[in-house]
Amino acid sequence: MSGAVPEPTPDTLPFWEAAGRGVLSIQRCIDCAAHFFYPRDHCPTCLGDRVEWTEVSGRATLHTYLICHDPAPGFENDVPYVIAIVELEEGPRMMSNIVGVEPDPELLPLDLPLEVVFEERNSVVLPFFRPAGPA
Amino acid sequence: MSRGRIVIAGAAESTEIGRVPGMSALQLQVDAARNAIADCGIEPAAIDGLATAGHPPIDVAHYLGVRPRYVDGTRVGGCSFLAHVRHAAAAIQAGHCEVVLVTHGQSGRSRVGMTYPDPGPESMHGQFERPFGTKGPPSMLPLGVLRYMKDFGLTPEQLASVAVAQRRWAALTPRAFKRDPLTVADVLASPYVDYPIHRLECCLVTDGGGALVIMEEERAKDLRRKPVYVLGSGESSETPIITTMDDFTTSRAFRVSAAQAFREARIAHAEVHHLMIYDAFAHLPIFGLEDLGFLPRGEAGPFIEAGNTSPGGQLPLNTSGGGLSYTHTGMYGMFAIQESVRQLRGEATAQVDGVEISLAHGIGGMFNHAATLILGTAAAAVG
Ligand SMILES: [Zn+2]
Repeated sequence: MSGAVPEPTPDTLPFWEAAGRGVLSIQRCIDCAAHFFYPRDHCPTCLGDRVEWTEVSGRATLHTYLICHDPAPGFENDVPYVIAIVELEEGPRMMSNIVGVEPDPELLPLDLPLEVVFEERNSVVLPFFRPAGPA
Repeated sequence: MSRGRIVIAGAAESTEIGRVPGMSALQLQVDAARNAIADCGIEPAAIDGLATAGHPPIDVAHYLGVRPRYVDGTRVGGCSFLAHVRHAAAAIQAGHCEVVLVTHGQSGRSRVGMTYPDPGPESMHGQFERPFGTKGPPSMLPLGVLRYMKDFGLTPEQLASVAVAQRRWAALTPRAFKRDPLTVADVLASPYVDYPIHRLECCLVTDGGGALVIMEEERAKDLRRKPVYVLGSGESSETPIITTMDDFTTSRAFRVSAAQAFREARIAHAEVHHLMIYDAFAHLPIFGLEDLGFLPRGEAGPFIEAGNTSPGGQLPLNTSGGGLSYTHTGMYGMFAIQESVRQLRGEATAQVDGVEISLAHGIGGMFNHAATLILGTAAAAVG
């Protein structure tokens, strides 16, 4: 796969640096004791700045998705592919692609357990998700 | 300080809609603006406010030939024009201006003079969505459909019936882009654009424009058209990216915006005779009927499938054919307002009997924003 290259900003850079090391890292507000995503320089619930980067488990569930038949530029050789919203075990949701399984609705029931896997695309390491193996 | 009620005194679309390769997006909206000015007969020099989304309002005003002292360039997606009417009402009541022209024009199909920028690679969309292969609204806006199907039992046939119901209205509407009869089987036989959404469950892509002239009731008395009253309005933003919407089966922005409009209008849902719910995709009228409070969660699919929103049904919805069959330039909301105005004036081509109150509701972007207008006749404004 190819496609669009994200351009990190100062507030998101730790996410991308962690991804480059194969680590899924998102933020948590110490005062709210809750994770959030996308990255910000403060907590969007209490607006405080006692936020920390935390390595999360990478376990998630398949919250909802669609199967793309009309590819974005750079994805012409990948259709059909799954654009999914995954729900991390820690609560926040992210967009990603589902890999390691045919893009077949029969194989992709909602709430399917997933696990993160990192792959390089266009010189950027991105978090993807695949059906989880036995725990 | 108490000022008069606010009305839509003039309303018109561009002379042509659909395929208009001979006009730029700017030309389309200025054509619509001149038509709306002629529709109500106001002196162009009286226009002292201008609102638009896409092109800067300065560009539209100067190209048209007016010099506003109030501009609103709020650009919150396809519902921008509903928000503009709401903002114009407040501006007029505050005394900032007296007559606001709201314009829309897009060359969505022919792509003449269309330079609206996408969010950049540093935006949250550019960083956290586009790298995963999103390609415009079809690859994002229907993301919640599978979740809604699982949680509420919506069937593919029910989803397809939204497009069928609206095609029935379009069949009565000569200006509609698509008028051929359509069946549920036809919709389900059309290819997936993005599973589970079929091509015939996606909006059209057309060229066109529309414009409105907003002023106080008193000022409209000498003009040539029956004014349409702004009884209430609402708007709400939720999130810049669909990934972070609260719940993929319901729009918080829809709920907040509609509740505000009903509070302002001080009417009950049963008093609404006619509805326009922005239908970029077939699931949006389903979300809309529920989130606006017309139906309990999970009931909109069966309700539409049973014909309740079709011609002759109890709750006429998207009576021009909507974005699925009438026209969809990109930011469709203007055309929802136009059809509400036609229905309230009693001059729609698929006219519903006795429409006194019409609600128009728009989505902005990928469930990013919403705006709602509750419009009524003079009789409804008194009531
Ligand atoms: Zn907090």
